[in-house]
Amino acid sequence: MAKLDSKVPAGPVAEKWSKHKSEIKVVSPANKRKLDVIIIGTGLGGASAAASLGELGYNVKVFCISDSPRRAHSIAAQGGINAAKNYQNDNDSVYRLFYDTIKGGDYRAREANVYRLAEVSNLIIDQCVAQGVPFAREYGGLLDNRSFGGAQVSRTFYARGQTGQQLLLGAYAALNRQIAKGSVKSFPRHEILDIVIVDGKARGVIARNLVTGEIERHGAHAVVMATGGYGNVFFLSTNAMNSNGSVAWQAYKKGAFFANPCFTQIHPTCIPVHGTQQSKLTLMSESLRNDGRIWVPKKKEDVEALRAHTKKPSQIAEEDRDYYLERRYPAFGNLVPRDVASRAAKERCDAGFGVNETGLAVFLDFKTAIERLGKDVIKARYGNLFQMYEKITDTDPYKEPMMIYPAVHYTMGGIWVDYNLMTTIPGLYAIGEANFSDHGANRLGASALMQGLADGYFVLPYTIGDYLSHEIQSPKVDTNTPEFEAAEKAVKERIEKLFSIKGNQSVDDIHKKLGHVMWDMVGMARTKESLEKAIVEIQKIRKEFWADVRVPGKNDEFNQEIEKALRLADFLELGELMARDALGRNESCGGHFREEYQTPEGEAQRDDENYAYVAVWEYNGADAEPTLHKEELKFEAIKVAQRNYKD
Amino acid sequence: MSNIFTSSIGKKLIMSISGCFLVLFLAFHMCMNLALVFSPEAYNAICEFLGANWYALVGTAILAAGVLVHFVYAFILTIQNRKARGNIRYAVTAKEEGVSWASKNMLVLGIIVILGLLVHLKDFWAQMQLVEILGHHTNSYGLTPTDGAGATLEVFGNPIYCVVYIVWLAALWFHLTHGVWSMLHTMGFNSKLWMKRVKCIANIVATLVVAGFMLVVVVCCLRANGIIG
Amino acid sequence: MNLTLKIWRQKDAKSQGKFEEYKVQNISPDSSFLEMLDILNNDLIMSGKEPIAFDHDCREGICGMCSLHINGHAHGPDSEITTCQLHMRKFKDGDTITIEPWRSAAFPVIKDLVVDRSAYDKILQAGGFISVNTGGVPDANAIPIPKADADESMDAAACIGCGACAATCKNGSAMLFVAARVSSLAKLPQGKVEGARRAKAMVAKMDELGFGNCTNTGACEAECPKAIPSRTSPASTASSSTLSSRTKSRTLTQTTEPRFLGSVVYIDN
Repeated sequence: MAKLDSKVPAGPVAEKWSKHKSEIKVVSPANKRKLDVIIIGTGLGGASAAASLGELGYNVKVFCISDSPRRAHSIAAQGGINAAKNYQNDNDSVYRLFYDTIKGGDYRAREANVYRLAEVSNLIIDQCVAQGVPFAREYGGLLDNRSFGGAQVSRTFYARGQTGQQLLLGAYAALNRQIAKGSVKSFPRHEILDIVIVDGKARGVIARNLVTGEIERHGAHAVVMATGGYGNVFFLSTNAMNSNGSVAWQAYKKGAFFANPCFTQIHPTCIPVHGTQQSKLTLMSESLRNDGRIWVPKKKEDVEALRAHTKKPSQIAEEDRDYYLERRYPAFGNLVPRDVASRAAKERCDAGFGVNETGLAVFLDFKTAIERLGKDVIKARYGNLFQMYEKITDTDPYKEPMMIYPAVHYTMGGIWVDYNLMTTIPGLYAIGEANFSDHGANRLGASALMQGLADGYFVLPYTIGDYLSHEIQSPKVDTNTPEFEAAEKAVKERIEKLFSIKGNQSVDDIHKKLGHVMWDMVGMARTKESLEKAIVEIQKIRKEFWADVRVPGKNDEFNQEIEKALRLADFLELGELMARDALGRNESCGGHFREEYQTPEGEAQRDDENYAYVAVWEYNGADAEPTLHKEELKFEAIKVAQRNYKD
Repeated sequence: MSNIFTSSIGKKLIMSISGCFLVLFLAFHMCMNLALVFSPEAYNAICEFLGANWYALVGTAILAAGVLVHFVYAFILTIQNRKARGNIRYAVTAKEEGVSWASKNMLVLGIIVILGLLVHLKDFWAQMQLVEILGHHTNSYGLTPTDGAGATLEVFGNPIYCVVYIVWLAALWFHLTHGVWSMLHTMGFNSKLWMKRVKCIANIVATLVVAGFMLVVVVCCLRANGIIG
Repeated sequence: MNLTLKIWRQKDAKSQGKFEEYKVQNISPDSSFLEMLDILNNDLIMSGKEPIAFDHDCREGICGMCSLHINGHAHGPDSEITTCQLHMRKFKDGDTITIEPWRSAAFPVIKDLVVDRSAYDKILQAGGFISVNTGGVPDANAIPIPKADADESMDAAACIGCGACAATCKNGSAMLFVAARVSSLAKLPQGKVEGARRAKAMVAKMDELGFGNCTNTGACEAECPKAIPSRTSPASTASSSTLSSRTKSRTLTQTTEPRFLGSVVYIDN
C-alpha cells in the first residue's frame, strides 16, 4: 500500500479542491518560460491542457498521430456534455451531479476526484461558450439542455449531434492560438513509442515521425499522457481505427501502475455488425434514448418473420412489442445507464428475441416520438444521426425503427493517478480517458467530454504547477544521455524485430483473433472459466503474433502496417491484464459483469465488503505476473447503496 | 498584408466591379441598338450624337479600361488558379451536382466574347467613331461614319457574319448567366432571401441583353436581304 | 461484387506516381468503401506486395481524416458523406473504380492516396479562434444569442476540415473552408469582436499558402460532405429542419467577405 498515495486532501469533500488549490505551489511567469512540458494526444484533454499550459507560459510540445490535432477521437462524441448549471430549475446541483456519477459508476470511483469534476463542470460550459462553441439554444437566446442516461435532470449541453466535434474545435482553436504565438509546438503525424525515465522522473519521450519513420528524442520537465482509451483491444469498437493503448502500456511497463483495466463500457446503441469484413462499429448517440423506445417482439413467430423479412417491424402491433427497459426499470425507462441497457439487450437476444439475421439486434423506435412531436422536431434533434444511420444501413429510420446492439465504446480503466492526476512515475501525468479516476465501473453519458475538459482546462494546469515548482532549478533536459539512448535503442529493436518476422498473417488477421477472444470471453458477460481460458488464448495469440506476423515495407517510410503492428503488440499484452483483472474481481459492478454474481432478477451483484477498491497493477517484467495493489475506496459524502433504476 | 489588388477576395471584387460596369454598358448599348429595329433614322440620330464628341471619347476610353481590367484580372486569376491546382490533374472528373457549366468555363467564354468584340470593332467602331477621329468623311462601306443603320445592313447582309454574331452572343449569354449572379453574390447579395433571386435576376438580365442584340442582328439580316421592309 | 480498381500509387512526396490496376472479388454490398480497401490491402500483404496507404480514422464521417477522389468525385459518388461512409451498394458489380488522392498544390502527396493537409491547420492558426484564455470568462448564459444565429453558426461549424472543397475546386481555392470558420464565429457576439481581423488574417494566410481564387462555381458546396448539396434537391429542402437549405449555402460561402472589406453593399437578413 505504501506505493499508492492518492494524495486526497483532508476535509469535507466539498472543500477539498479549494483547499488543495490554495495549498499547492505555483510557478512564477519567469520560471514557466524555462520549463518544458510534453503533451501526448490532442483530444479534449490534450488540446485543452496544451492550450492552457501554453497560455500560462510553459514551453509545450504537443504530439498527435493524426495529420491534425483536430482529428482526435473526441471529435466523434455526439450527444453532449454534462454540467451542474441547474439552468432548467430541476433541482440539479454539484452534489447531484457528483452523486449521479458515483452511483452511475457503481461506487468504484474515487469520491474526491468525482466531486472536483462536478465542481468544475460549470466552468467548462462558460469557457466553451466564450470560445464560440455554438451550443444549442432556446428561442430566448439561453442555453438548451437535454437528458442523458442515469440522470433524472436535464443537465446535458449539446451542439446538435456533434457536441464532441464542437468542443474539440474550441479546444483546438485555443491550441492553434498558442501555436501561432509560439508557446506550443505541434508535432502531427508523430507517435510516441516510449516514455523516458531519468532518475526516477519522466523526462521525455521517444517518438516516431510517421511520415519519414525517423525515431526522435524529445525531452521535457514533465510528460502528460492524454492518449484516450484502449477499446480497440476488441478489434471492433466505436473507437477510431488509430485509437490505441500503446503509450499507456509503455508507461505501465516503465513503472506507471494500471488501474481497473477490466472496466470496459459496452455502449447499448451501436449499429449491429454486418459481416466478417467489418472494420469498425458506429455509435448511435445515447441522446436518441431521450425520444427513442427500445423493444423486441413479444412473440417468437414475429421474430422469425422479421428475420425472414416477411414482416416489417412497423407491422408488429403495439401489444406484441416488449418495451423491456420500460418494463424492467419503470423509474428510468429507456434512460437507464449504459451498462444496464446493454445487458438488458443481451439478455433479450440470448433469450432468442434478437431481430436481425444474426439474432444480435434490438429495435430503437421513434414512432411514438414522431407521432407526439412531429417529424420536423425529431429531425432537428437527431437529423445527422438519422442520416448517418440511413447511409450505413440503407434503412430510413423515420419509417422503420433503427436496429441497434451493444458495442465496446469506452474504457473506464486506465493509468492510475493520484488526486493531482500524476501517475506513480513522478512527472508523468495522465488525463481524460487515459486515466482511471472518475467513472468507476461505468461512465454516464456526456461525462467523458466533461472529464477531458475538466482535467485539461481546470485541474492539470494547477496541479502540474505544484510539481514543476520543484523543477525550476532543473536545466533543459538533455536527450543525449544513456537513458534516452537506451530507450531509443529498445524502440528500434522492437521495430526491427517486427519487420524481421516475415510471417504469414497480417496484423489485422491477428488483431481480429484477439478481438474475438476479448469479446467472447472478456466482453459483456464474463465467467471464471471464460477468463481463465481467455488468458491462455491471448498468450497463444501473442506467441503467434511474434512468430508469424507479416509487416511489409520498411521503417524509414510512411508505413501504416508497422504502426498497427506496434499497437497490436501492446494490445496483446494489455488484453491479458484485462482478463486477469476481471478474473480477480469476484463481483459484478458497472461494465464488469460476472455471470456468477447476479441477483435473482439478473441485476449486477456488487460485493462492497471485499471489492470496494481500485485494482492497481504493477508491471514486473515480461514473464512475471504483475502485482496487485489495492486502493481502498472510502465514501464519506455518499451512502453506498445497491444501484436501483427501478423506482 | 494583402490588399484589394492582391488578395484573393480583392481580385474577386475587382472582377465583379469591372464586370458590373460592363453589364451596364451592354444594357445601354442594347437599348440603343433596339432603336434600329423601329427606326433606322432614330438610330442614326443617336450615332450622330455619340460620334467623336469629347464625352463619347471619354466614355469609350473608360469602357476600354474596364474591358482591359476585367480581361487582365481574368488572366491573372486563371494563371494563379491553374498553379493552385497542382501539376497533376485528376484522371477522372465528374460534374458536380448543381454546378453550372458556364461557371467552370468563364475564361473560354470570355475569350470568345473578346474575339467577337474584335470582329465587332472592326465592323463598326473602325467604320464609325475611328473614321471620325481620323477626320475622314466616308468609310470603306462608302457611307458617312454616322450612318450606323447603313453599316448594319452592310455587315448583316452577309449570313455568315450573322452566324458569327449569333455564336458570339450565345457565348455572351453563358458568360453573363454566371457573371451577373457571381458579381451580385460577391458584392454581398447572398442572404437567405437573395441567393435564389440573384440567380433568377442574372438569367433574366443575360437573356434580355442577348435577346435584344440578337433581334437587331436578325432584323438587319432580313432587311438587307429584302425579306422584310 | 467483383470490381476493378485503378489506384494512384506514389512511393513518397518526391517520386513520380502512376495508376495501377487491381481486382477485388466477393465484396459485400454492405461493406464500406474503406473496408473494401482493407480487403484489398490484406490481399496485397499476403501476396508480398505493399499495401495502399490511405488516411482514415473515425470511420463515421466526423474526424475529416479520410479523403480520396473516387470516380471524379471528392468522397465518391454519394452525397453528403465522407469516403468512410460510402458503401459498396453505390457501385455495380463489374464496375471499374478510379481512386486518386486530393490534387491541389497546397496538399502535396505524402504517399499513394495520403496528402499533407497541414495548410488548413496553418490557416486556422492565423486567426480561426476567439482570443480568450482559460478561465475568467463570463457565465455561459450571460450573453443571450438568438437561436437562429446559433443555428447558423453551427451550420458552418460542421466543417470537418477534410479538404474536399479545395480538392474539388477547379481553382484550388480554400474559400469554403475559410468562409465556414469565419462566418461561424462572426455569427456569434463573442466572435464579432475580432471578426475583421480574423477574416483578413485567414484570407491572407490562405493566399500565401498557394490556394487559388474563388470564382463562385459552387463546386465546393456541391461536394462538401457536410453541406446540403443543392438548392434544388427536394430531399435536402425537406430535410432542413431549422433553416432552409439556402441559408446553409449562404452561410458557408461568402457571407463575410464584403463585410471585412468595408463594402457597403453587404445585405444581412
